[in-house]
Formats: sequence, C-alpha cells, structure tokens
Amino acid sequence: MLVDWIKDVDAALETAKSQNKPVLIDFSAAPA
Amino acid sequence: MPLEAHIKEHAAWFKRFDAVWTPTILVMDPAGTERYRIEGYLPLNWFRARLEMGLARVAFMRKKWSDAEKLYTSMAGSDAGSVAAEAIYWRAVCQYKSTNDHTVLTPAAQELSERYPRSEWKLKSDPWAH
Repeated sequence: MLVDWIKDVDAALETAKSQNKPVLIDFSAAPA
Repeated sequence: MPLEAHIKEHAAWFKRFDAVWTPTILVMDPAGTERYRIEGYLPLNWFRARLEMGLARVAFMRKKWSDAEKLYTSMAGSDAGSVAAEAIYWRAVCQYKSTNDHTVLTPAAQELSERYPRSEWKLKSDPWAH
C-alpha cells in the first residue's frame, strides 16, 4: 500500500486539527 | 496524517520534535501533542503493533475509553510479546476508567502473571492481584 506522505509539517498539523485526525511523523535518514 | 521528515531535508524538524535517532516515529493527537514515540528499527509485525499502541494512546489520552479498549484488545493478542503485555495492562486501565470498578483489574493481573510472568507489565499489575 502506498502512503501519501505529506512534506509540510505545519500544514499537516493544521489539517490534522481541522479533520480531528492523529499525526504520524517518520524521521528517517534512509537513502532516497 | 502521515508526514515524512528526512534528516538531510528537514533537519529543523528533528530539532523541533527532539528526534535524536533514526528511525523515530512520533504519533501525535489532532492537537499536535506527542502521545507515543517509537525509536529504532522494528520488524513489520512489531512496528505495526507499536503504531497501534500509539493510536490507542491517542484515544486513551482523549478519554475515549471504549475506542482505546478496542485497540488494546486487538493488541493483547499480538505476537509481539511485550506489546501484548502492555496492551493487557492498559486495556484493564480503560475498563477501570470507564466503570470505576477496581475489580476489573484483577483478571488482568492474573492474565499477565500467566502469560507474561517475566514482563514489567506483570510487575506493574501486581498490586491488582488481590
């Protein structure tokens, strides 16, 4: 399953708040 | 709401959220408060179980006892042993929170003693055993 990753942290937090959804942040150092 | 932060592209986010190791996963509630943190690699079944625990914690901290209990119940049967023990403990706490009946704690202590006698969660439940 493909994940539609968001790249803007503040936009993600704002959307989560407005849609009442939790946020998952993946901090990675893996090669692209 | 999945958000990806790469150390080369988003170093400021690492600092902002105190991510000092990779991989680190944060589970945050809709208000942006961190509720669960996973640090270090895990195989898929363990990772999924920890993510579920994070979602359960979000529900728990929002006092959605029934929602949290359902998630903990599904994790109580997990093949990720320490996750299952933790889930049994918190499932009992949800039951107590929703009923205010302390007798719901005793069966959880018994289950932990039988299934996970060496776990930290069994030790934490010892006061419930009697």
